[in-house]
Amino acid sequence: MVALPWQKDDAVPGDRASRAALTFRGLAVLLVAVSVLSLGTGAAGLSLVGMARDLIGGEGLSPRDRVILMDIRLPRLAMGLLIGAALAMSGALMQGLFRNPLADPGIVGVGAGAGLGAVLAIVLGGLLPVSVAAVVGIHLVPVAAFLGGWASTLLLYRVATKGGQTSVATMLLAGIALGALAGALTGILVYLADDTQLRDLTFWNMGSLAGASWAKLAASLPLILPVLLLSPLLARGLNALALGEAQAAHLGIHVEAVKRLAILGVAAAAGAAVAVAGGIGFVGIVVPHLLRLATGPDHRYLLPNAALLGASLLVGADMIARVIVSPAELPIGIITATIGAPVFLWILLKRRGLGGL
Amino acid sequence: MLEVSGLSASLSGRPILHDITLKAAPGTVTAIVGPNGSGKTTLLRALTGDLPYQGAARLNGLEVQGTPARRMAAIRAVLSQATELAFPFTVDEVVRLGLTAGVQGAGVPRGGPDLPARALERVGLAGYGGRDVQRLSGGEQARVHLARVLVQVWEPVTDQGPRWLFLDEPVAALDIGHQLTVMGLARAYADAGGGVVAVMHDLNLSAMFADHIALLLDGRMLAQGAPAEVLTDAHLSRAYGCAVRVNAAPARGPWLVPQAMAV
Repeated sequence: MVALPWQKDDAVPGDRASRAALTFRGLAVLLVAVSVLSLGTGAAGLSLVGMARDLIGGEGLSPRDRVILMDIRLPRLAMGLLIGAALAMSGALMQGLFRNPLADPGIVGVGAGAGLGAVLAIVLGGLLPVSVAAVVGIHLVPVAAFLGGWASTLLLYRVATKGGQTSVATMLLAGIALGALAGALTGILVYLADDTQLRDLTFWNMGSLAGASWAKLAASLPLILPVLLLSPLLARGLNALALGEAQAAHLGIHVEAVKRLAILGVAAAAGAAVAVAGGIGFVGIVVPHLLRLATGPDHRYLLPNAALLGASLLVGADMIARVIVSPAELPIGIITATIGAPVFLWILLKRRGLGGL
Repeated sequence: MLEVSGLSASLSGRPILHDITLKAAPGTVTAIVGPNGSGKTTLLRALTGDLPYQGAARLNGLEVQGTPARRMAAIRAVLSQATELAFPFTVDEVVRLGLTAGVQGAGVPRGGPDLPARALERVGLAGYGGRDVQRLSGGEQARVHLARVLVQVWEPVTDQGPRWLFLDEPVAALDIGHQLTVMGLARAYADAGGGVVAVMHDLNLSAMFADHIALLLDGRMLAQGAPAEVLTDAHLSRAYGCAVRVNAAPARGPWLVPQAMAV
C-alpha cells in the first residue's frame, strides 16, 4: 500500500473510507491546478496573470486572447477533462464487471468495436438522406461508436464469462480476436471510402485532442455525463460482484441489472471517447490501478476518484503532447501508451507472482 | 421454517436432484450429508436461489425461486465453498459487504458500528481487520467470509421472523480447533432461534452438532431424521459403498480407538 504523506492511519483498521475522502479532495485540487496550467500552456504565448488583471480591471480580454482562450484552449481543456474522466471511469467499470484489473476497453477490443461503429458512421453517413442527416447531425458518430462498443462488450462478456466466473485468458484472447475482426472490417470500410471521407477518417484516427471544439464536446457530453454521474450508484453492486455472481446475489444484489448497466456505462463512456478523440489507450488501466494501490478496490471511492485522476492525467498528457515538439504536437495516444504499457506489464508480473492469471 | 417438497433440479440438462422433500425448523441445525456427487451442494444451490428447480422450496413462507435477491438477503446469508476475491480488499472491507446487504428489508442491524470487529472476534480473527484478504491462508479466508455471512444476519431472530445461515462445507478448509469453533457458532446461532442448514462432509461433526441429518444418495433422499436414526451402519454402508461401523463413546472414563490391533 502506498502511504502518501497526507494520509493518516485509518480509524478502524482496514476501513479506508477517510483515506479515500482525503484522496478525493487532493485529486480535486490537482484537477484545478492542472487545468489552470493547461490554459496557460501552448504554442501561442498567453499570460494568465495578464488576462486575470485585464478581467479584474474591467477592461475585458483583448480579441487575440479571447480567441485563443475561448475557441482553442477552453474547448480543448474541457474535452481533455471529459475524455480523461470517461476513459478512466470506463476502465474502472469494466474491471469491476469482469472482476479483473487487466480489463480495459482499449485492450480487449471494445475500443476497436467502437472505432468500427464510428468509421461505419463516417463512411455510410454520407448515404443517409439529407433530412435524416440533419436530425442526427453531430451525434451520429458518437452514437454509432457507442453501439459498436456496446455490441463488442456484450459479445466479450458472453465469451469470457461462464457460470458467473470470468476467465482472464479467455477475456484477453477474445479481446484480441474481437479487436482484429473490428480492425479488419474497419479496413474494408476505409478501402471503400471516398476522398473526403478518408480525410475525416485520418483526422479521427489520430487519437488526439487536436480537433477539440465546442461542437464535439456537445456531441460527446450526452453520452459521457450520465455515466460519470450515475455509475457511482453501481459501486455497491460491483463490490459484491468481486465475490462472484452467486455471492453477490446472496448479498441481495440484482446481479443481472448491475451487469447490464455496467456494460452500457462502459460502452457509452468508451464509445463517446473513441468517437471524438480516437484511440487513447491505457488511461483506463493506469488510473484505477494507482487508486487501488492508494485507497483500495472499493468502487464507492474508486469510481469518483478515477474520474478526477483520469481527467487530470489526460489534460497533463495533452500538455506534454503540445509542448514537447512545439509548435507541432504529438498524438496524445503516444504519451498515454508510453506511461501505460509498462504499468500494464507490471500488473501482469505482479499477478504472475500471485499464482496464475 | 424451510419447507422443501418434490424438488428436482438439473445441471446443464442432466438431472441431479429427484423429488427431494425436507423440513428444517428454526432453532435447529440441519446437516446435509452424502457421498461425493450425491447432490449436496446442488441442493444447497437450489435452496439459495443459484439454480432453477421444479417443485417447491419455501423459506419463511417465501418461494426461493422468484423472490427478489434483496428480500432473500434480509432473511438468510450463504457461505459458499470457496470464494475467490477479484481485488485486494481488506478483511474489514469484505466483512462490511455483509453489513450493506442485510440492512434493507429487515430493519437496521442492531449490532452497532463495531459489528464487523465483533464478528471477526467470533471467528477467531480479532485484529485482522487491516489485513489483505488475498494474502491470508485458505482457512483464514474461509473464516473471513464466515464473519461476513454472520454480519449479514447477525440477529438470529427479528420481528420479521427467524433468520437463516446456509453453509456449504463450512469446516472443509479448517484445522480441528477451528472446526469446533465454527460448528459451535452454528450451534449457538440455532440455539438463539435462527436456522442453520449446512452441507457437511464430516459425519462425526454432523453427529455432534446437528439436530437433523438429511442423507443424500444419487440425488435422492435416502434417510432423514435425528442423527441416531440416520447414521446407522446400514444407511452409511449403502450410501458410501463401504463397510461403516457406527460407534458410541462411553459417557465417562478413558476411550481409545484401537487401530493398533489392525496392524
